[in-house]
Amino acid sequence: MTDVAAQSNVASAAPDTMAWDSRARRVVMIYLPLACFILILLFPFYWMAITSFKPNAELLNYKEHNPFWITSPTLAHVKHLLFDTSYPRWLKTTMLVAIGSTFLSLFASTLAAYAIERLRFRGSPYVGLGIYLAYLVPPSILFIPLATVIVQFGLFDSPLALILVYPTFLVPFCTWLLIGYFKSIPYELEECALVDGATRLQILWRITLPLAVPGLISAGIFSFTLSWNEFIYALAFIQSGANKTVPVAILTELVTGDVYQWGALMAGSLLGSLPVALFYSLFVDYYVSSLTGAVKE
Amino acid sequence: MSVTTFPSRGATLRQPGWLARLFDYKPFLIVMCLAPAIGLLLVFLTYPLGLGIWLAFTDTTIGQRGIYIGLENFQYLLKDPLWWNAVFYSIFYTAVATFGKFALGFWLALLLNNHFPFKSLIRAIVLLPWIVPTVLSALAFWWIYDPQFSIISYLLVDVLHLRDSNVDFLGSPWPARFSLIAANIWRGIPFVAISLLAGLQTISPSLYEAAMLDGATSWQRFRYITFPMMMPILAIVMTFSIIFTFTDFQLVYAITRGGPVNSTHLLATLAFQRGIAGGELGEGAAIAVSMIPFLVFATLFSYFGLARRKWQQGEAND
Repeated sequence: MTDVAAQSNVASAAPDTMAWDSRARRVVMIYLPLACFILILLFPFYWMAITSFKPNAELLNYKEHNPFWITSPTLAHVKHLLFDTSYPRWLKTTMLVAIGSTFLSLFASTLAAYAIERLRFRGSPYVGLGIYLAYLVPPSILFIPLATVIVQFGLFDSPLALILVYPTFLVPFCTWLLIGYFKSIPYELEECALVDGATRLQILWRITLPLAVPGLISAGIFSFTLSWNEFIYALAFIQSGANKTVPVAILTELVTGDVYQWGALMAGSLLGSLPVALFYSLFVDYYVSSLTGAVKE
Repeated sequence: MSVTTFPSRGATLRQPGWLARLFDYKPFLIVMCLAPAIGLLLVFLTYPLGLGIWLAFTDTTIGQRGIYIGLENFQYLLKDPLWWNAVFYSIFYTAVATFGKFALGFWLALLLNNHFPFKSLIRAIVLLPWIVPTVLSALAFWWIYDPQFSIISYLLVDVLHLRDSNVDFLGSPWPARFSLIAANIWRGIPFVAISLLAGLQTISPSLYEAAMLDGATSWQRFRYITFPMMMPILAIVMTFSIIFTFTDFQLVYAITRGGPVNSTHLLATLAFQRGIAGGELGEGAAIAVSMIPFLVFATLFSYFGLARRKWQQGEAND
């Protein structure tokens, strides 16, 4: 009797300690490292945000003010940025370039992906492979000859140059993403439409594209983000202050002299990151699926 | 009546029918569909690539057409200590940053593969450094690395009392090199982690169950199941990462512009400095072209990664 009681006692105690053990283990093995990762990954953004709203007195005096907090937040840096510099103009140019190149590459890559995946012709896998290889050519080895090409075309210092050049890295990516999506649409749907007498273009427009909308959204937001973030082409092809995109303009127009206006610089970075961050928060799942989809292809 | 209407009906049908039939003619349609994409890529990618290789063999400067000078640019580069320095730092930067990104990214992916509350929110937060424009986060790092007001120095000196003086992050060569690598790792972790997480989720749990029944330890499960199953996706992600780290430009240009005393130049920033800022297009192109052998090597690596993946899939299907 006592034996049984003791045994049941042990038995009831054992899972408890094990549960505690595994919970402690879980905290140490998973939550703690995860918290460190998130802290480190987010800290630069926190620092960016807090710097943009700090008055200069607090910004440059760590002895009297805790640098991790703001005692008297100010909008002076943002105001300076919006009214004393051409920041709104840069934002507008960046938006124009990003939207223009996104639509151009979506148009080109939808047609290309449809031709490669659905109109299957001899050599279509090789065309697909060629487009994939184009993705492996980095902008760093292209910008010098491209600059001479842009000058030849008379597009130097024009946002149109960027709209035309960005598809070189957007089209390969979008095409591969959309090939993957088109693959997942059953062939039978198209065959039915063909039997009913629809033309190929009608099939693309009325059947394939509506079914591929998630893929189009993924490709679109990805292209938008990549062209918003692009730097080296925008730096090399645009000369005049007014036509610059946000990343280039902040670095070349706001960094002046020996004393950096850190408040304004960080406010500019924050405002420049906001559109993509906002976009991102609306379409997180599409980003993740397109990122992983493109890698898996 | 019927005789007169019949041909007219046929004529009205033929008018749209002709265009529609042209667009239904497969070869024509294929050409039309491929034309925009192939055209853009040929004009703005293939042609400049060839032109760049040609420019590397000329003495072109901005505003002046160059003439063919053979290997002179490359001979000059081989004698140029700055170029050798850039080659060294490009390889060092790529090796250390790739190692750091994959070690930490793989770890983060394994952590994210567990079940915990707010998982999708955390996954979304993790990807943030990759979404934000690199130059803008690089500016934040520049401010974090400020010689006088660095927050890291503040933590080390005034809060933790581990040091007496501020850390000089960007003022001397080696600290500057490692500071840039740290910023690159920070930026690269999310991409690696999220891609590898996708790979981890495709591994069937039954494999782990079988291994646990056989008494495998968690390290053995990682070594003999997770790692081999992740090999193909690791190879692909690593190829992309190596290519884009080796040719990185933005981070270095934004934070140090190659300084102090040219110690942190990557090949891409050196090419920009000589080619665009200095106007020596031929020499800049030669520096850019000198990156190509490395990229070809990385692409072959990717190809064999893919081939291995196909072979594995074939075996799994049998």
